[in-house]
Amino acid sequence: MLYQAPYDTFSEFVIVRDPDLCISCRVCERQCSYGAHTYDPETDTMGEIHEKCVDCHRCEALCPTGAITIRENPRDFKGNANWTDYYIKNVYKQASTGGVLLTGMGNDKPYPIYWDHLLLDASQVTNPSIDPLREPMELTSFLGRKPDSLEIEKENGKLRLKTELGPQIRLEYPIVFSAMSYGALNYNAHLAMARAAKETGIAYNTGEGGLHPTLYDYGPWTIVQVASGRFGVHSDYLNAGTGIEIKIGQGAKPGIGGHLPGEKVGDGISLTRMIPTGTDALSPAPHHDIYSIEDLRQLIYALKEASDYTKPVSVKIAAVHNVAAIASGIVRAGADIVTIDGLRGGTGAAPTMIRDNVGIPLELALAAVDTRLRDEGIRNQASILAAGSVRCSADVVKAIALGADAVYIGTAALIAMGCGMCQRCYTGKCPWGITTNDPYLAKRLNPDIATERLTNLIRAWGHEIQEMMGGMGLNAIESLRGNREKLRGVGLSRLEMDILGVKHAGE
Amino acid sequence: MKNRYVIAVEDVCIGCRLCEVACIVEHSDTKDIIKAYNQEKRPLPRSHVEEEGPVSLSVTCRHCDDPHCVSACITGAMRKNPDGRVTVDQEKCVGCWSCVMACPYGAVNMDKEAKKSVKCDLCGDRDVPPAWPPAPTGRSSS
Repeated sequence: MLYQAPYDTFSEFVIVRDPDLCISCRVCERQCSYGAHTYDPETDTMGEIHEKCVDCHRCEALCPTGAITIRENPRDFKGNANWTDYYIKNVYKQASTGGVLLTGMGNDKPYPIYWDHLLLDASQVTNPSIDPLREPMELTSFLGRKPDSLEIEKENGKLRLKTELGPQIRLEYPIVFSAMSYGALNYNAHLAMARAAKETGIAYNTGEGGLHPTLYDYGPWTIVQVASGRFGVHSDYLNAGTGIEIKIGQGAKPGIGGHLPGEKVGDGISLTRMIPTGTDALSPAPHHDIYSIEDLRQLIYALKEASDYTKPVSVKIAAVHNVAAIASGIVRAGADIVTIDGLRGGTGAAPTMIRDNVGIPLELALAAVDTRLRDEGIRNQASILAAGSVRCSADVVKAIALGADAVYIGTAALIAMGCGMCQRCYTGKCPWGITTNDPYLAKRLNPDIATERLTNLIRAWGHEIQEMMGGMGLNAIESLRGNREKLRGVGLSRLEMDILGVKHAGE
Repeated sequence: MKNRYVIAVEDVCIGCRLCEVACIVEHSDTKDIIKAYNQEKRPLPRSHVEEEGPVSLSVTCRHCDDPHCVSACITGAMRKNPDGRVTVDQEKCVGCWSCVMACPYGAVNMDKEAKKSVKCDLCGDRDVPPAWPPAPTGRSSS
């Protein structure tokens, strides 16, 4: 290509424009935040720079005549099962830049997805199924420490719970919007999550970016996060939500800190993160005050003290090799909730090699943690929140049957808002107006519409969860929790089934 | 009759200009988007998007109760109809642009070739102007 280094001319995608349909209205040019569409006023025709296309499909969606199709570039390198174009292009890129490869969203490599190897049970003849449209079906879940035993006393002929329960997070659906910071997402996206959480009676997590002053009203539906950079953490913040989460690790980048580039730190973000405008927000890889379970205990209790023991404290870790032992330590350190974020968990920005190669799948980690905590007799001391690519209501049901108390959804929530999974969140140019703080682009996300779409998603999944539970003859989500008898594996090895604690189909 | 008009909600106008496209199609002879742009003589959009940085806004006629453009019109081409719409009679218009100067919203456009004023007519017989279904952020209401 003219005026380009030979290594930079390989485009991943091709913008195919039907000249018979194109009316040169320039909508694509205005909508593309990567500058892949061009306009020539002399000939009144549109053009394209294929190398700039990221496959976000914004132009395709807004083209009034349907003239645009984005395709994967068929002009591929010579076929090679080992050196695929992915590796060749990455080497070219790094040889040109000398930098770390960055990416966004969750792991897209073909690792086993155990959800797709687990099947659910249903009632036939010997036990009746339940119709959720005609009979009550309980989805309400409580996250937090449960007592070892319950003492009940009789008072004036009425039964009363004598045992004092610790603080709990009440969820009308066993779903929470994942920790995605104000900064990684813009204000409109945060506002939409907060409103949708309130509307549906669930919660959303602030992520490590503080809480915008106008969102304190949504406190009862907010879990506030404390991570290694401690951005936005102060007394009011800790007491604003319904729970506090200490983030140790993230599924997409276990062992790695966070980096919000200075360009994304505008006035609002500077205010909530409590850092100067335009400065990089760097979250260290470890918490510099946590080098052991004992140190973690100190932070857990510091946060409990700061919130007067009124909020359950969660500890979020990435699913790594010794996750079960680590989770056990976390519960013993005093956490009320353990959050496990799996290999396929999403992110706004992560080094590609880390995202694609570090950690273990959520399903195995979740089963291992639940089994370990049960074996040690401490399962009741903490709830388990499962995160890391929960794609549909069936995944939610399977996660709960494997032992989760509730699940986090991040990517699914973004997709509900319009995300097309182009994996370029780290550029800050999200053409759908979600992971960008550029006011011109952020306007593309109307918080009213996003709220409605998130609310619809939660309600729709709720209906499906109820249907699946009803089919299994269960009328309360509590009866499904850790009920692995309701799962059967297909195409799994004996070892995988042992770890998951499920039987094979037909057994 | 209460004056009806299409208004853009500035907070969520993203400057995509699809409203202009929809307006051009609606005022074309064939009402076919491809023919309107590529085969017919393309009509001027009745609303246009003003844009500066992140702020953008589709400017269109408010169909005022006491329209300045009607008062300013020297030929009686511009008139307030009983149904509330302000329209310009293309036969009578002489292209003096008095209405263009009088409109406080900048909502009257000049067809310089034909020397006629063109403006929003609320899509004639349509109940709902087409400008709002294509708005990708639900940005306008009528």
